[in-house]
Amino acid sequence: MDGDICATATTPPDSDPARKRRVHGMLKLYYGLNEEGKTVDQAESMNPCDINGTHFDPEVYLNKLRRECSLGELMDQETCMVKQIRSLDSDMQTLVYENYNKFISATDTIRKMKNDFKKMEDEMDCLSTNMAAITEFSAHISGTLQDQHAQITKLSGVHTLLRKLQFLFELPARLNKCLELQAYSQAVSSHRRARCVLQQYSHMPSFRGIQDDCHAIMDKLAQELRQKFRDGGSSAKDLSECVELLLQLDEPAEELCDKFLIHAQSRLEANLRGLEAELRPPLSSGPTSVIDPSIGPARRLSAAPTAGSPTDPTSPGNPFLSSSSRTDILEFIDRGCNEFVSSLCLVIASYQELFVNRPQEGELASKNIPHMAIGKLHAFVDAMATCYFLLVERRIQEEKSVGDNSLLVRALDRFHRRLQAVAKLLPGSAVPSQGTEIVVRAARERIKQYLAALQRFYLDSLRDVRQALAAPRLGGSSAGGGSHLAGPATGKDAPASLPELLSSLSASILNQIKSVLASVHLFTAKDITFSNKPYFKGEFCSQGVRESLVVNFIKFVCQSSRQFCESAGDRGGSTPPALLLLLSRLCLEYETSTITYILTLTDEQFLVQHRSPVTAVAALCGEAREAAQKLLNHYVKVQGLIISQMLRKSVETRDWVNTIEPRNVRAVMKRVVEDTTSIDVQVSLLYEEGTRKAHSSDSSKRTFSVYSGSRQQTRYAPSYTPSAAMDTNFLSNIHKLFSERIDIFSPVEFNKVSVLTGIIKISLKTFLECVRLRTFGRYGLQQIQVDCNYLQMYLWRFVSDENLVHFLLDEIVGSTAHRCLDPAPMEQSVIEVICERG
Amino acid sequence: MYQLYFVLQARALTSQTAESDAIRFLVGTQSLKFDNQIHIIDFDDENNIISKSVLQHQAGEIWHISASPADKAVLTTCYNKTSESRVVTCGAVWRMPPEWESGSHESPDDPHNSHNPQNLELLCHLDNSSHGNASCVLWEPMGDGKHVISLADNHALLWDLTESSTQATISSSATLEGKGQLKFTAGKWSPHHNCTQLATANDTAIRGWDLRTMSQIYCIENAHGQLVRDLDFNPNKQYYLASCGDDCKVKFWDVRNINEPVKTLEEHSHWVWSVRFNHSHDQLVLTGSSDSRVILSNMVSISSEPFGHLVDDDDLSDGEDNHQDEKTKEPLQDSIISTYEEHEDSVYAVEWSSADPWLFASLSYDGRLVINRVPRALKYHILL
Repeated sequence: MDGDICATATTPPDSDPARKRRVHGMLKLYYGLNEEGKTVDQAESMNPCDINGTHFDPEVYLNKLRRECSLGELMDQETCMVKQIRSLDSDMQTLVYENYNKFISATDTIRKMKNDFKKMEDEMDCLSTNMAAITEFSAHISGTLQDQHAQITKLSGVHTLLRKLQFLFELPARLNKCLELQAYSQAVSSHRRARCVLQQYSHMPSFRGIQDDCHAIMDKLAQELRQKFRDGGSSAKDLSECVELLLQLDEPAEELCDKFLIHAQSRLEANLRGLEAELRPPLSSGPTSVIDPSIGPARRLSAAPTAGSPTDPTSPGNPFLSSSSRTDILEFIDRGCNEFVSSLCLVIASYQELFVNRPQEGELASKNIPHMAIGKLHAFVDAMATCYFLLVERRIQEEKSVGDNSLLVRALDRFHRRLQAVAKLLPGSAVPSQGTEIVVRAARERIKQYLAALQRFYLDSLRDVRQALAAPRLGGSSAGGGSHLAGPATGKDAPASLPELLSSLSASILNQIKSVLASVHLFTAKDITFSNKPYFKGEFCSQGVRESLVVNFIKFVCQSSRQFCESAGDRGGSTPPALLLLLSRLCLEYETSTITYILTLTDEQFLVQHRSPVTAVAALCGEAREAAQKLLNHYVKVQGLIISQMLRKSVETRDWVNTIEPRNVRAVMKRVVEDTTSIDVQVSLLYEEGTRKAHSSDSSKRTFSVYSGSRQQTRYAPSYTPSAAMDTNFLSNIHKLFSERIDIFSPVEFNKVSVLTGIIKISLKTFLECVRLRTFGRYGLQQIQVDCNYLQMYLWRFVSDENLVHFLLDEIVGSTAHRCLDPAPMEQSVIEVICERG
Repeated sequence: MYQLYFVLQARALTSQTAESDAIRFLVGTQSLKFDNQIHIIDFDDENNIISKSVLQHQAGEIWHISASPADKAVLTTCYNKTSESRVVTCGAVWRMPPEWESGSHESPDDPHNSHNPQNLELLCHLDNSSHGNASCVLWEPMGDGKHVISLADNHALLWDLTESSTQATISSSATLEGKGQLKFTAGKWSPHHNCTQLATANDTAIRGWDLRTMSQIYCIENAHGQLVRDLDFNPNKQYYLASCGDDCKVKFWDVRNINEPVKTLEEHSHWVWSVRFNHSHDQLVLTGSSDSRVILSNMVSISSEPFGHLVDDDDLSDGEDNHQDEKTKEPLQDSIISTYEEHEDSVYAVEWSSADPWLFASLSYDGRLVINRVPRALKYHILL
């Protein structure tokens, strides 16, 4: 109870009604009633200490208090309780007073009501007697009026019938008048009203006559309507009215649909013919074939330069294009859109208005016209669109020049956009998706064309490079005596051009790729309607652009490079070596940076999502590296072969037995050194120096003395003294000295020294093998000594390990000594003098 | 692997064709200063002993040697004859002295015990001064030892030998006409077509000749990028020919279609000087190169013994298991069986033994002869 008190104390005064309720509630509780008048749940108040409970036991409560509370608390409890008792008393008094007053007033009211009811009873009795009198009178009146009423009803019925009959009789005249006034709709509605009746009474001759007349007139009317419908010159509204009336006249809807569509078809076909006229006549057409060849070459001419320099927007091909009275594709598509597509839309709209979207009433509804009509419309639209698409595709296919892609893209965009209108008008139609397919096909075709253009461009560039390379050294490549001058010439001319050629080649290819990417990128531009189609978002980017275009082009570059090695390999020298070198460097650059760059560029521009498997950059790089390696190997082979051939010829064609005492180095050796120098220059333009083993302080001299002196003696000493001990000794010497086997045609590294080492290895090995096939006289040996010394003086600087040159030259001189009839080596000092003299 | 050293340098190697019992190779030495020799190398397979006999060949250094297919004792050489200031290469037919086997047989322990080596007996010269230098002499394969062909500069000469081989007469000849100095570098007498065909190499071209009319029947221009060094006919497939050359390649040709080689091997890193089909199992091809390597290849794809073919035909009854076996073994591809690196100098000649098909010899310029065997595993693979 004290909890409640506290709560009331805290409640603000404005919640007074709530407080009142609460007081009532407490009182109810006290009397054992709850809201519904049931006794309060017992369980709640079983506690004898609950002062508000029914089972309250003051004794227990008091004991509890006494036991649990301190004196102060008891005092507080007491004052609180006293206060509560007091407030309860005053509440009770107020309630008793209020209720007493209400009871008195209620007693008063009841007494007053008793008096009023008595008075009302009297009045009701009076009313009932009056009502009985009225009823009596009314029955009397209606009895008298009965006859007249029946007569009037009959007369009014006759009147209506007569009016209807009059209408029927007047109907033919009225219809005729309507026909005259061309008020077809009125005529039809009139006829419709009369039709049933006439039908019903057609067994009566008079009605039959009327019906026949009406039929005749209506037939005439229908005829007229059909005529009007057929003419087609009338406006859409007239037409629709026409159709509606005809439908009401039980004209078969199917026939009407067909007629309408045939009518539309003729107009659309006219449009299509107009479009077709703009296309180049097909090659098979008879009379135009006379003109065709003249256009053919012109177009081919025009296509060539545009293909050659597709970046050039003002290609000289355009005049040719316009001269053949051809509209460009954008105009063509524009025309197609404006004429064909818009008429088609119009047809669809009005058709739907007429046959599909009309409110259906009466028996027409049962025929399910919209279903049939829609079917017909779809078939019609599909057929027309197919014709249109054929034309568009033909036109797109003619778009071969890869010059300006934006025109095509804009045309395709417009084409695609306009088809969306059809999609809106005719939701289930396959036309827009077919249109999208055409766009996709065009895009695919475009990518193919761009790839072909890139490949052509690459080959053209290569041809240009080849020409540029060939220009300064005409006749130089045909190795022989006349090329003596060409050697240094390449040395001078090539330096200026080789790196430039390389950089311009790679730059122009890169630019070309970029411009192609930019062109292709137009397909995915945001403002292009078809760019958000799934194809253009996914497959076009990854499979189309990245794989088919970029990756394929890179592969093509590698592959065509490799072909240079294969096709030229056997015949030798059909490809200028400088080109091999240049391509090798190009491929290497592709491997190191360009491929990554191009692919990153592509991926960025096209946001390629790598859902479908794509060629990895690493794989392409590997391919490029392989190509570069192959090209460089081939370069070494070709250059080595050129020098080898000189050496071989020089050894094979000379009579070494009867040669004269050497007075100077043979010209061939000078030529070899010169060529090697020019190769060195050439390679250094494109490749880094590379590492070499440390040189001895005076490589050119020291080593030569070694082999002409001690080495040479050990080399063929055993021949004089054939003994087992010496023999094995000699072999073990070789083992010790040259434990490493020399691979002659081995892959080279991507640096100058390695390339030169390879070439020199090949040349000297050839020299060795040729020497072994000949027999020498004394002076022959000496000449070889001089030649080798000369080579030694100049060649060591080119190779990575000069010991290699020493070894091979040693072998040459050693083998010569073996093959010499009279081995008397020349004095080293004499050799040196001769060599220095040149 | 067995090695043998010669004192002198050598290029010429042949197996003794007419000898089918003993494994015997003949080596001709090359020396300008000393008397040249023909070494007869016998290999005792059971005891693994090499023995060597020496015969003197005093005529000059030997560039090419070839043994008669009919008579063990008869052989031909091409040798350099130096007179004053001229070097001429000649061809000659020789007979080994009948007592060489007992007389000058050296023990393997003392290979340089060269006391009184016996001389070869000259049967006849294959010389005709008007025809220039002989590059090689070829015996009619499997013939009666009565016919030889010598290639001299740009002539191919067919010689008839008398019964005792003491006299040789030119029966017919063919001449290679063309620009420049044409010269046959190598040749091979085809064992097929009744021995009526000859293949020759000059520069980069390979030509086929009909010996009955001595006219050219085919010409593979640019068969190799550079000089063609050697040829060999597949002993079992009549149209198949192997060639090798300075472009480091070994090519296999079907002479019915000369536009493209059937197969190309590019394993050597320098000129390939010699190529030989195994006489019995033609998938085994031996090549020697101046990169000092000998390579044994297994050319299954163009072999006359397609793998497993014979077994297939035999066991049709209990086929299931066998078929399974075939399939598991099937993917045996053309492959390099082995690369032999025992030589230190250019290998100019390789030769299969005519007695033991699993044995071969290779000869390098420094005078080292190496006898090797086909790896046992492969041998059983082929046989079983």
